[in-house]
Amino acid sequence: MPLDNVVFWVFAPIAVASAIGMLFMRNAVHAALFLIVDFMCISVMYLLLDAPFLFAVQIIVYAGAIMVLFLFVIMLLGVDRHEDLRERLRGQRIAGLALAAGAALEIGLAVRAGIGFSRHVPPSALSGTAEALAKPLFTTYFFPFEVTSVLLIVAAIAAMVLAQRKAKAVTLAEANARNAERDARLRDATK
Amino acid sequence: MRTPIAFFLVLSGILFSVGTAGVLLRKNALVIFMSVELQLNAANLALVAFARMHGDLQGQVLAFFSMIVAAAEVVVGLAIIVSVYRRRFSVNVDDARELRG
Repeated sequence: MPLDNVVFWVFAPIAVASAIGMLFMRNAVHAALFLIVDFMCISVMYLLLDAPFLFAVQIIVYAGAIMVLFLFVIMLLGVDRHEDLRERLRGQRIAGLALAAGAALEIGLAVRAGIGFSRHVPPSALSGTAEALAKPLFTTYFFPFEVTSVLLIVAAIAAMVLAQRKAKAVTLAEANARNAERDARLRDATK
Repeated sequence: MRTPIAFFLVLSGILFSVGTAGVLLRKNALVIFMSVELQLNAANLALVAFARMHGDLQGQVLAFFSMIVAAAEVVVGLAIIVSVYRRRFSVNVDDARELRG
């Protein structure tokens, strides 16, 4: 068995198991940790598919930045909170599971009808290194690439605006009154 | 002999379905959001697999762009969850039902 297959068959079951683990974990922190394992496994798949640059980006951006952000928010909102698992819509759980299973079945059938499970794999003419990927990014896709930088700035500003606490507006009269009060307190203290 | 591309696509389909189940079954807004991230990752995996199959780098470029957009989306989405939490002290999606008729 070639090394390629061995790596796939080691990491694919881990990916599926950790995804299912995320689905069933009560604690949001545990779910986030399972998701990090999943992202790591997917990054290994990128390595198998000749995409070493995306492998690095996946680990840095997803397993690093995004999951740290998630964990940060989970901690901020309190981790000891228990999820209310009562069904508000009758039969929602069954219907959801059926829909997910249907989606999996449909994708499997589509893959079988589309490209089939043939053992023949075309030899790789692909190198997904940073150098190879930079060429289309800075030539053909230069404009979209620049637009994404605008998108990231807009997202950062939007997050600041959405998450900031509204400071109460203070009128000049209130500020003067507060200053006078403080002055009086200081005078009393020095007396 | 390399691993058939179809295996990667099936793995991506399974991960996507598990993500779908997470979105439909969980009540914690944060876990729902994590499931959406899993779905995005599954789609990226399919894109990279097709790029490998056709020997074309454009699939990888698209996966790269989708990662950037996902990062922006996570930032805004988490800010929305935090501001909803400030208002009603809950991240349970069942509690946000002011638009209920």
